[in-house]
Amino acid sequence: MVGIVIVSHSQKLAEGVVEISRMMSEKTPLAAAGGLEDGSLGTSYEKICAAIEKVYSADGVLILMDMGSAVMTTEMALEYLNKENIKMIDCPLVEGAVLAAVESAGGRTLEEIVERVEETRTAKKF
Amino acid sequence: MDNKKILAIISAIAKKIESEKDFLTELDNEIGDGDHGINLARGFKSVEEKLPTLADKDIGAILKGVGMQLVSTVGGASGPLYGTAFMKAGNACKGKSQLTDAEFASAINAAIEGIKMRGKAVEGEKTMLDALCPAYKALKDGIDSGKNLIDALKDGVDAAAAGVEYTKTIIATKGRASYLKERSLGHQDPGATSSLFILQSTLEVLRGA
Repeated sequence: MVGIVIVSHSQKLAEGVVEISRMMSEKTPLAAAGGLEDGSLGTSYEKICAAIEKVYSADGVLILMDMGSAVMTTEMALEYLNKENIKMIDCPLVEGAVLAAVESAGGRTLEEIVERVEETRTAKKF
Repeated sequence: MDNKKILAIISAIAKKIESEKDFLTELDNEIGDGDHGINLARGFKSVEEKLPTLADKDIGAILKGVGMQLVSTVGGASGPLYGTAFMKAGNACKGKSQLTDAEFASAINAAIEGIKMRGKAVEGEKTMLDALCPAYKALKDGIDSGKNLIDALKDGVDAAAAGVEYTKTIIATKGRASYLKERSLGHQDPGATSSLFILQSTLEVLRGA
């Protein structure tokens, strides 16, 4: 199964998105990388790398993040890890994460999940 | 310029950022998330602690080490941005234990290109680039026209200061301040300001030599 990592400035937000996603798919490997080591607001390179490692398998990892340093710090982690099967995706954090978790549990490949989750960019709530 | 001078510059930057921490955070409170000073000070403090382990390395390795430390410890956008800048500058100085004035300018250019790449940003968006790009241009022009490094860098610092002033007159279109749209007008950019401090600290060390 493809692993999912949620990167946020806030530990609570990252853990909350993981919590909501898990409601839909208990089996999916999900990891939160939120806040700094001391729990304060910010994005942590170490936490991102550790979260990726936690859910990594040959099936790959998809990373969703909030904005700014979350995006840039994730980019740097990916440049360092330099693996084809770890991807970051630009999409709404909650809707994207829920869908990614469901698709992962359904046995989709990383490429299929990316394609599906990209559709949430234009999805409307009402 | 040798690796001892580079270490002195890094140390001077760390002290400057620490002493301006509250001012940078105040600026960031106005148009951002209020963490720029705190984040950068945390990053440079850990850089200063790491400097002894880099002391006998070449200039490229020192700058790369500084960049990696910033990425690991800053926690805000300035971490990956300045981190990438120092790492790219390090790449440009790979294996070197001496830099000519032209090589020093090239390293600054590599750093700026790194920030543009990482931030997907250009000049005029109310970011650190509005201080750094004019500074590099003035520095490069000075060196090309035969000025010594100190005079050329003085032109660079003046250009960066003018760039910081310019950020008051434009609306942010990158970074957290862009959420404020026209309410970002009238405020100087915290990132451009910290870039100015970095250049000022560099000049002060060179002048002290």
